[in-house]
Amino acid sequence: MTVTLEPAVHGDRVSLLRVLGPAHVWALGVGIVLVGEFTGWNFAADKGGALAALIVCWVVGLLYTSVAMIDSEVTSTVAAAGGQYAQAKHIVGPLMAFNVALFLVFAYTMLEVSDAILLGDTIVAKAGVEGLTHNSFIAATIVVLAWLNYRGVLMTLNVNFVITAIAYISIVILFFSVSPWTQGAVLKLNELVTPGNALPYGWIGVIAAFQFGIWYYLGIEGTTQAAEEVRSPARSLPYGTMAGMITLLIAAAMTWYVCASMMPWEYLGITYYPLWDAGKLTGSPLLENLLFIATLLAALASANGCINDAARAWFSLGRDRYLPTWFSAVHPKYRTPYRSILFLLPIALAFAFIADLNQAITFSILSGVLQYTFMSINIVMFRKKWPLGSIRRGYTHPFHPLPAIVLFCLCVVTFFAIFLGFGSQLIAMVAFYFLISLWFHFYRYRFVRRGDQFTMPWPKPQGY
Amino acid sequence: MSRYTPPEQSKAGQIFDIVVVVVAIFVALWLPLKMGLAGAAKSIDALDAKTWEALGQNPTMASIWEKLGYTPETAHDIIQNRFHYVIDWPTLIIMAAVLIGYFVFLFRASDREYRDVINEKFDDK
Repeated sequence: MTVTLEPAVHGDRVSLLRVLGPAHVWALGVGIVLVGEFTGWNFAADKGGALAALIVCWVVGLLYTSVAMIDSEVTSTVAAAGGQYAQAKHIVGPLMAFNVALFLVFAYTMLEVSDAILLGDTIVAKAGVEGLTHNSFIAATIVVLAWLNYRGVLMTLNVNFVITAIAYISIVILFFSVSPWTQGAVLKLNELVTPGNALPYGWIGVIAAFQFGIWYYLGIEGTTQAAEEVRSPARSLPYGTMAGMITLLIAAAMTWYVCASMMPWEYLGITYYPLWDAGKLTGSPLLENLLFIATLLAALASANGCINDAARAWFSLGRDRYLPTWFSAVHPKYRTPYRSILFLLPIALAFAFIADLNQAITFSILSGVLQYTFMSINIVMFRKKWPLGSIRRGYTHPFHPLPAIVLFCLCVVTFFAIFLGFGSQLIAMVAFYFLISLWFHFYRYRFVRRGDQFTMPWPKPQGY
Repeated sequence: MSRYTPPEQSKAGQIFDIVVVVVAIFVALWLPLKMGLAGAAKSIDALDAKTWEALGQNPTMASIWEKLGYTPETAHDIIQNRFHYVIDWPTLIIMAAVLIGYFVFLFRASDREYRDVINEKFDDK
């Protein structure tokens, strides 16, 4: 039996607006992630050396290619806001869905916090004025972007498309400006990455570097949050996500090559602005200023997309009564989940002022890796409960279950990588998820309507 | 199967639940920061001789450090601040047990809830 793909139905309430195309999906995914090239990936060099940062760029790229393939299949079929949350609800069960939504909210909110800190620190560093702090810039960034999200998704993602494209082009301009085909003039890879320092901690450092290797691509899966607002989910989501992944793989490779060829790994591992520093080291004021502006734009685009995604995950929790239904309101004029946007605003502000950059990044990475672990199991369950041919899929990913196995194995390695240096933080976070799960399972779930949670027009899953 | 009708939650109950979630979020994110559990486990391997050679920097590296505004003295704490990857087996075992226990609970409890959802959804038809 084959069932046609239809959008999820949620009664007669005001719904989100279907106005987005593949370019917006690309802008949402790449916009969230591209900031990772401007800061964050380089902490992988700190954990394992410059060569380790390159190795994880490729291997983690494989992890995310698996994520994009798996996500494209499930999301092009489960076309509902909340992305992986809606997937978990229909495929695994309510408690998993509740947890996945929290993974999403934490991953995106902490990423937004990281973006705001980066933006504030970059402006303060550029200004070079004694006594100037980043606080006002952080607050302004978060509040203005929340307002933009409040006003409408189309305007939000149009802005993201433009600023993401400018930031991306700046990486390409930097790459070609430093004559990447010759060594010795500007780039000095052979003298900076030597046999003696390429892997300063050996192979254990390579594994440890997986943690921040995630930052090259973290958030690309956020494209799925737009599932209920794209005009054609089955076409736009796979195109936008896969195009985004290809874009990011190219940007990551160019970024590593330029930065590792211009800075000692010890400095590369601790700087907050590797690409801006690379621009400065070229000696060209034009490139320096271009990369300064691009760093700000990348941070803005990422924070903008994160607010969009975190709010939709929170909104979905309210709509299904997993949290009070107050959060599920859609603005009557702008058609946005405005209460969720406003609720998450002070949380982001609070953490932007109490956490530092790499702590916020680690919080975000932890939630991301928990989510990817879920995704690797989720796709196997999806194929088992609704085998190919039983429902119409917008996209069917090849080589199943290989991408799921690769993804699961790489998640296990990344958990070990986080343990190497950030183990206590990992245990604390998982303890939180465990306790909040008990609260949901034994208390909150009583307020949830059972059958109403399943909104897809699919046949009964096999085995039930 | 009879259809489950959830109890209506009072306004006060909804507010209480929101407060619980907010407090839990802050505790989860703020407590590790407050207790010093967050952040990288690094320490500085101090050197007596603070020269570029002693810090393992060749002339190219040294020239870049200087271009970035560093001297051997100011770069010392950056270069010598290292991770020390010693696998603490008890902590690793605890971490693995916590993670596995968490996922096993998630999938088992979710499956119980999911069966109710499927039964109510499809038995109605």
